[in-house]
Amino acid sequence: MSVRAAALPRRSSLLLDAWRRFERDRLAAAGAVVLLVLAIGAAAAPLFTRYAPNQVDLAGLDVAPSAVHWFGTDDLGRDAFSRALYAGRVSLSIGVGAAAVSAIVGTAVGACAGYYGGVVDSVLMRATDVVLSIPPLPLVIVLSAIVKPSPQILILIIAGIGWMGTARLVRGAFLSIRETEYVEAARAAGCSSARIILRHALPNSLAPIIVAATLAVGNAIITESVLSFLGVGIQPPTASWGNMLQNAESTMTTKPWLSVFPGVFILLSVLGVNALGDGLRDALDVRMKE
Amino acid sequence: MTRFVVRRLLGAVPLVIGVSMIIFGILQAMPGGPLAVYLDNPYITGRDIALIKHQLGLDQPLYVQYARWFGAYALGHWGISYSSGVPVARLIFGRLPATLLLMGTSFLLAMLFALTTGVYSAVRQHTAFDYAATVFSFLGISMPVFWFGLMLQLLVAVHLGWLPVAGFGTGGWLTVGQHLVLPSIVLAMFTAGRWSRFTRAGVLEVLRQDYIRTARAKGLAERRVVFRHALRNSLIPVVTVVALDLAGLLSGAVVTETVFAWPGMGSLLIQSISNVDYPTLLAILMLSSFAIILSNLLADVLYSLLDPRIVYR
Repeated sequence: MSVRAAALPRRSSLLLDAWRRFERDRLAAAGAVVLLVLAIGAAAAPLFTRYAPNQVDLAGLDVAPSAVHWFGTDDLGRDAFSRALYAGRVSLSIGVGAAAVSAIVGTAVGACAGYYGGVVDSVLMRATDVVLSIPPLPLVIVLSAIVKPSPQILILIIAGIGWMGTARLVRGAFLSIRETEYVEAARAAGCSSARIILRHALPNSLAPIIVAATLAVGNAIITESVLSFLGVGIQPPTASWGNMLQNAESTMTTKPWLSVFPGVFILLSVLGVNALGDGLRDALDVRMKE
Repeated sequence: MTRFVVRRLLGAVPLVIGVSMIIFGILQAMPGGPLAVYLDNPYITGRDIALIKHQLGLDQPLYVQYARWFGAYALGHWGISYSSGVPVARLIFGRLPATLLLMGTSFLLAMLFALTTGVYSAVRQHTAFDYAATVFSFLGISMPVFWFGLMLQLLVAVHLGWLPVAGFGTGGWLTVGQHLVLPSIVLAMFTAGRWSRFTRAGVLEVLRQDYIRTARAKGLAERRVVFRHALRNSLIPVVTVVALDLAGLLSGAVVTETVFAWPGMGSLLIQSISNVDYPTLLAILMLSSFAIILSNLLADVLYSLLDPRIVYR
């Protein structure tokens, strides 16, 4: 891994250059717009929906998509469009939350391993290897089945299988940064290790962390939807895109609309995140090994 | 080389121990503990529970339980499934062929797709084909596997009626093959896009090298330059990625098998969770972790075999 942009003289010019490259990237812009639309739709769901997400209507069960119910209604007569928007709140915030937590954990582990080296490095990296050796999805399925998670716990569980890549990335960056003159100068000036890590080394390895965290959002959204689809994630009646699909699966042949739209929302959000992440990678000029 | 392999094998031992401790710990934390199945049974009293606990050694300290469990495990005693009463080993090896068939087929599909599109995209960079392959790979990487499976079932199986919706099929290879098509495409989609991107990047990287320019300058046909000179070196990083993706492939198999009611290890895992069948869960997690550790080892060894520039001591 090499961060070429980090060699530029001033930090503002790094960001400025990155922004100029990013601006021209139409795919990344499209991804950002898609994400923004989904996020606004989810956050301001009451403004766009005529029905509450859990409002049961026994007179209008299983209605096909129409001008009144854009995405139709489900087996309880709930408006699928409204549920899909409200589900976005759950699914998107779990995606962003889990990616943020795994970025923080991964950065902390990688920074300690790379900066201190020696025994600390060996122990932390062996621990990382151990977690990497367990198949991630079976692990989170078992964990979720045990704890019957709330959204907050689900964020922690999903982050628990996502931090290792960032840890390795940051460790690699720190291993080379700690040999640089400016770190030596800082140490000679009497800076504490914490200050060197946070003020000197971290800003110089921020670009790959940002890119990895962005791409992790997509993985987290998919993991959440899989868990909810399998019935061990977000529990009904709270809607998430995954448990809407779980609910739709049994009646898929007669009511296909129920299984199409939530999946399209998942796909769009993950596509958006990945386009944005790829754009950021190019803009920040990060070469990633993983 | 032998020393390198031996050293890596020894390095895998602490990994196996670490993984087994985590898995053992997780299952200890399950509500009701290992005897959860008995807790709901009105005919089993507290005294019976205590007796069973004593008989099974569950009243011993955790580290003794772990050591005995790990020892037995290493010798192949994986216990008896709570829900079916069958030895776990037999249960798992009964399910293994279906999973291997599914994973093997989708591996070949994904590899075929990745190599052809990856190489062709790199050679014809910035053509319509390159862009189409890029878009397709991007879709594949971003696609939620289970939903893709549902949509294929809806379109190909239900709407068009070309293939069976789900299940394994009994009655010969042809029916099994028909049932295999959709799940293996779904599982292949999971990795094909990623591998295609890596192949493309690898070939592009190598095509910029000096020895490729030399080969071209010698007047060699472009076909020969690409396939004889460039391809072999550009596949080195791909091999590593493929081996490291086994963990992802296993995860994908769990979802795919569930959607398509494919009688493999993945659906066994989901069943074991709803049946609170600890011995089976333990064995599946252990076995798949072990497979991942082995494949990572294999990736390391292959890498050093393929790339003579890397010297291992």
